[in-house]
Amino acid sequence: MHLQAKRLLKLTLSPVLLLLGLLSTGAWAEEAQRWQVNMAPGVTEVGAQIYDLHMTVFWICVAIGVVVFGVMFYSVFTHRKSLGVKPADFHESTTVEIAWTIVPFIILIVMAFPATRTLLEIYDFEDTELDILVTGYQWKWKYEYIDENGENISFFSNLRTAKSEIYNEDNKGEYYLLDVDEPVVIPVNTKVRFLVTANDVIHAWWVPALAVKKDAIPGFINEAWTKALKTGVYRGQCAELCGRDHGYMPVVVNVVEQEEYDAWLAGKKAQAAEIKALMDKQFTLDEQMAAGKPIYDQYCAACHGLNGEGGVGSAIAGSPVATGTVAGHLDIGVNGVPGTAMQAFGAQLNDVDMAAVITYQRNAFGNNMGDTVQPIDVYNFKQGQ
Amino acid sequence: MGAHGPAKGLMRWVTTTNHKDIGTMYLWFSFAMFILGGAFAMIIRAELFQPGLQIVEPEFFNQMTTMHGLVMVFGAIMPSFVGLANWMIPMMIGAPDMALPRMNNLSFWILPPTFALLASTLFMEGGAPNFGWTFYAPLSTTYAPDTVTFFIFGVHLMGASSIMGSINIIATVVNMRAPGMTYMKMPMFVWTWLITAFLLVAVMPVLAGAVTMMLMDVHFGTSFFSAAGGGDPVLFQHIFWFFGHPEVYIIILPAFGVVSQIIPTFSRKPLFGYDSMVYATASIAFLSFIVWAHHMYTVGMPIAGELFFMYATMLIAVPTGVKVFNWITTMWKGAMTFETPMLFCIGFVFLFTVGGFTGVMLSLAPADFQYHDSYFVVAHFHYVMVAGAVFSMSAAVYYWLPKWCGKMYDETMGKAHFWISFIGFNLTFFPQHFLGLAGMPRRIPDYALQFTDFNTMSSIGAFIYGASQILFLFNVIRTIVAGKPTSEEKTWDGAEGLEWTVPTPAPYHTFTTPPDVK
Repeated sequence: MHLQAKRLLKLTLSPVLLLLGLLSTGAWAEEAQRWQVNMAPGVTEVGAQIYDLHMTVFWICVAIGVVVFGVMFYSVFTHRKSLGVKPADFHESTTVEIAWTIVPFIILIVMAFPATRTLLEIYDFEDTELDILVTGYQWKWKYEYIDENGENISFFSNLRTAKSEIYNEDNKGEYYLLDVDEPVVIPVNTKVRFLVTANDVIHAWWVPALAVKKDAIPGFINEAWTKALKTGVYRGQCAELCGRDHGYMPVVVNVVEQEEYDAWLAGKKAQAAEIKALMDKQFTLDEQMAAGKPIYDQYCAACHGLNGEGGVGSAIAGSPVATGTVAGHLDIGVNGVPGTAMQAFGAQLNDVDMAAVITYQRNAFGNNMGDTVQPIDVYNFKQGQ
Repeated sequence: MGAHGPAKGLMRWVTTTNHKDIGTMYLWFSFAMFILGGAFAMIIRAELFQPGLQIVEPEFFNQMTTMHGLVMVFGAIMPSFVGLANWMIPMMIGAPDMALPRMNNLSFWILPPTFALLASTLFMEGGAPNFGWTFYAPLSTTYAPDTVTFFIFGVHLMGASSIMGSINIIATVVNMRAPGMTYMKMPMFVWTWLITAFLLVAVMPVLAGAVTMMLMDVHFGTSFFSAAGGGDPVLFQHIFWFFGHPEVYIIILPAFGVVSQIIPTFSRKPLFGYDSMVYATASIAFLSFIVWAHHMYTVGMPIAGELFFMYATMLIAVPTGVKVFNWITTMWKGAMTFETPMLFCIGFVFLFTVGGFTGVMLSLAPADFQYHDSYFVVAHFHYVMVAGAVFSMSAAVYYWLPKWCGKMYDETMGKAHFWISFIGFNLTFFPQHFLGLAGMPRRIPDYALQFTDFNTMSSIGAFIYGASQILFLFNVIRTIVAGKPTSEEKTWDGAEGLEWTVPTPAPYHTFTTPPDVK
């Protein structure tokens, strides 16, 4: 009740708060974010340049606006019939027409200089130190760190906001719709090049604080770069309409110190090596069941139900797929079902996890098929298709 | 002169070749579409009132944004100005009717079934088109709902209607002017429509080409817009915007014409800089063909392309500025009164100029890397489309309604309509500038929490603006049914032009013998 009243008060006072928002600093930071009315310079040099350009043009427009609207409203308030004014009858003047053609033209040329300079800077891809391939999927991002030795590491970054928050059953968290399960990590003070593409439709990768927005186009690779000067977590969203969940594919970039980045990268590589080592291993049914459950809960349960009872997706318990051939089951898991909500998980889950979750589905919920799918089976299935 | 009245009954409207009947039908049709498109907008704003999903699912939200855009652009704004052209151009140039009356009938009657078809997709399996009114491939081809085929057919039909309408306008203006009505004596509304008609004839076939390529991709296995088959999704955007940018001037130029008629009337002073207005309109039309890729700055063009399109786009500010300066100078030292049409025109000049400022900001490619596809763009184009086209259309209706039906509208209600629209409009769209600059992308059904307050304000504004249009409808119907009769030839004492020399209400046939133009 109290909160509600506070909100109403704020709405009524919003014009005042707007001004305050414009002027506020520091202590007002949180309020300022809520009532943010302007572009932020962000944490890059290019971002600061864009911000300066934006403000320059803004103030030029304000100045022109004051003059033009000043003249108009002066006229509206004084040149009225009700004040007994007799209309003049002038209706042309080549001199003023030439003047108000040339003056705006000169103002535009003045604007063109900083705009051109900043644009050249944005298009300068010399000396980039790190390449990251960004691929847009319906509706998530995949990041792949390009390594000189071919030891690329890659992962998907999914929205972490719970459905219950979106459907107003739970309170919305601080980073509602702007949180992912695995952010992309980049080192500070490093010129990072993003190679941007897409797997299905056009997306756009946008992080306002890093001053990067680039369309992700299937079949083409765009490039963009950033050099973050401050560590921190920076959030953005997909900017190009890409279908149903266009509003639900955020970007989170974690900018860290070089040492922290190196440690993170080493950890990711070790993880990849571990998975590689597991490829040859033969797992027991119990091991696969234990490994498969958390994967099922994370990736499958939202649609197929925690107990395989179904929901948006069909039931797993007793399903003809889960109780049919392993190959048929793998086909659905790896390739999805085109035209339905069942996505292709072949690129999202590694072979070890895929083997575990398939095994889990075949043996949990009373399916009890008794077979154990091994990572090598998934690998062979993928090779064979 | 033998009175030759209209036929009776429904068939009068089905078979009519009379420019006033067809104009009336165009105007009513566009108003119906305005209400329909507005209803879609209300659903959008209701969902965005608070974060989270309350009313619709994302899939349906995308159908709403798509249908709102399509219906407003192709169903409401364009036909409304064609209706105005039908009514006014023959009366302004002293012609008895349009040059091609049967085609005129056809070009109107294509529209109702087309939009019925388009609206019916909402009830089909898979839902209505959901890929935005800009329908970028491959979202609109490989990934589109099945109804995309109806959409393509609909675009073809409305394109055919527009092309016929514009050929008719060109033929009328070129051939049917009264003796003495030289080109440089034509009212500005006629000039702006003549130029608009040429734009339409030039770009509607390009749109038809784009949707035909889509049709081939969807049904016949071609790959115009699919890289996997050797095509290019970006090609679609180039073709679309080669149509799309002239399209936005097709919408706004007749609005310029309307304002250029009304401001002199209520300033009691001739339009300032008539010649420069004509040249400025022609320059804007020319520039509209060489700036299309400014809608695509983030698509990955080479820098030479970015620079060319940036400089060319900035240039548009020059002729547009000339027009604004001329309007204001027309008011200067006039003897102004502020009846409803004048209020809408002053509102137009003010808000359109604000939209022009954000247009200059958007033209700067580096800054656009932040603005692009954000709510800043949504705010910008609603300032030029709604406060531009829709405000000027409202002004036109109030201005000529007494001439059309011989009855006077209610001035108090008209002014209330203006002020509620003005407040509602600004409350809706001004905060959207802030949302965009703070990082809110467009076309999303749900948003992060820091965007809540401005979205709530925007939604409240939208409901106010929507409600004010009901007042408009009521006022127009009330005028026709029970307005105070007027038979003065000149409704407004400062009005100039041939349309004010015919009796009020305008008889079914006017200028069967050409007038003398001094």
